[in-house]
Amino acid sequence: MIEMFDVWKTYPNGTNALKGINVRINKGEFVYVVGPSGAGKSTFIKLMYREEKPTKGQIFLGGFNVSRIKERQIPSVRRSIGVVFQDFKLLPTLTVFENVAFAMEVIEAGKKQIKPRVMDVLGLVKLKHKAKMLPSELSGGEQQRVALARALVNNPGIIIADEPTGNLDPETSWEIMNLFEEINQRGTTVVMATHNREIVNTIRKRVIAIEGGQIVRDEQKGEYGYEN
Amino acid sequence: MKISTLGRHVREGVKNLGRNGWMTFASVSAVTITLMILGVFLLLALNVNHITQKVEDQVEIHVFLNVLADKPAIDQVESQIRANPLVKSIVYVPKKQGLEELRESFKEKAYFLDGLENENPLPDKFVVRTKKPEDTVAVAKQIGNIENVDKVVYGDETVEALFAVTKVIRNIGLVFIIGLAFTAMFLIANTIKLTIVARRREIEIMKLVGATNWFIRWPFFIEGLFMGILGAIIPILLLGTGYYFLLRAMDSNLAGSLFDLLPMFPLAYQIAAILLAIGAFIGIWGSLVSVRRFLRV
Repeated sequence: MIEMFDVWKTYPNGTNALKGINVRINKGEFVYVVGPSGAGKSTFIKLMYREEKPTKGQIFLGGFNVSRIKERQIPSVRRSIGVVFQDFKLLPTLTVFENVAFAMEVIEAGKKQIKPRVMDVLGLVKLKHKAKMLPSELSGGEQQRVALARALVNNPGIIIADEPTGNLDPETSWEIMNLFEEINQRGTTVVMATHNREIVNTIRKRVIAIEGGQIVRDEQKGEYGYEN
Repeated sequence: MKISTLGRHVREGVKNLGRNGWMTFASVSAVTITLMILGVFLLLALNVNHITQKVEDQVEIHVFLNVLADKPAIDQVESQIRANPLVKSIVYVPKKQGLEELRESFKEKAYFLDGLENENPLPDKFVVRTKKPEDTVAVAKQIGNIENVDKVVYGDETVEALFAVTKVIRNIGLVFIIGLAFTAMFLIANTIKLTIVARRREIEIMKLVGATNWFIRWPFFIEGLFMGILGAIIPILLLGTGYYFLLRAMDSNLAGSLFDLLPMFPLAYQIAAILLAIGAFIGIWGSLVSVRRFLRV
């Protein structure tokens, strides 16, 4: 569960990115975060995995008060969240398998657990057969599936995705979306910032629209609501 | 931390050393030069200290008596010296004993003293110690005025000169070493900065999936440590062999003299430990300085 109470964010350069956000996202929900560029979507997302700290207000996430935690507690928060980005952020010198295993090594999982678990999530994203390939040998959609596998491998309760289909062609985007839905159906909360009108209007979910740093709309099975 | 994790950190750290080979080489060289000079100064200072101490222990006044002085005259001299309140002790050394002592100090090369027993050229003497070493000069002068005293010898000038030398060596060494240590640290910090920049993406991902700061820091820590230790090995070997040959050369030329250097062991172990510790310290310091700024993700 994610909760925000009167969250404000002002960047050091004076930009007011968020102005009093109040929101509650329940466990197992699938939420789109939409809005024009520069409206505060990214800041909203970054606050959740504590890339940014709020200037004011409280953020609760899976039992942590993210706005109050100490520096050394950040890793524990991040371990309960999987993050997926528009640019995949894969390590180019590691194979698909190693990229996914990396996330487990970093949190010091046992060697014996790593292999079966990695193969498991690679099965989920249907990339088992490409486990030994390098990211450069994969298509964009496949790379994003590897990134998704990496986000999932440590069994986080929440997946946060920042424009996951932003670099993909429409067809591949649908594949990725299907995966997100499947993950969501297994009980993982999904929060996704997106500009993809077609997807939002087809796979109907809760839509939170942010404009000028404030939530201007929040509806179940909502529409994208902007002209691209 | 698990053993397998430590293994991973060591592998990563070593890989980083190779990744920026030339910078690593430069850093290790800087540490090597620093520690080489430090080692030379350490050896010098320790030995000068050793000699000074030996000399200071030997600050005694040797009062050589007139060869013609008879027993009552000698007793007369002794009571006069004893009357001086600054004198701590006085020992009578007849010429026969003096010869024995000389023989002992030359060890196996004392053969050239053979045959002197019957015609002992040494005078009888008193060995006088003062209560305080700084009174040596004054007491020696007073004794010199006593009748039947032929010659008064004391080693004060040597002590003072040695102290002056130690001080100069210590000061020059300190300035050199601090300057060089900073250069070495700076170079190591820069080398590690390069590996960090090369691994920025990796670090970003590590942070995002919840790696602790120490997990990220360890490979760099080990990289710095290795650079410091590598930099210490060459000076240790060079200084060790150099000192060994110096000792051998000294042994054959100056045996029994004042310039008796410290023996090879445990000195070699001590110097090696000091250089390794300082090398490791420089390396770790350099690595932590450069990692700190990059961890704020």
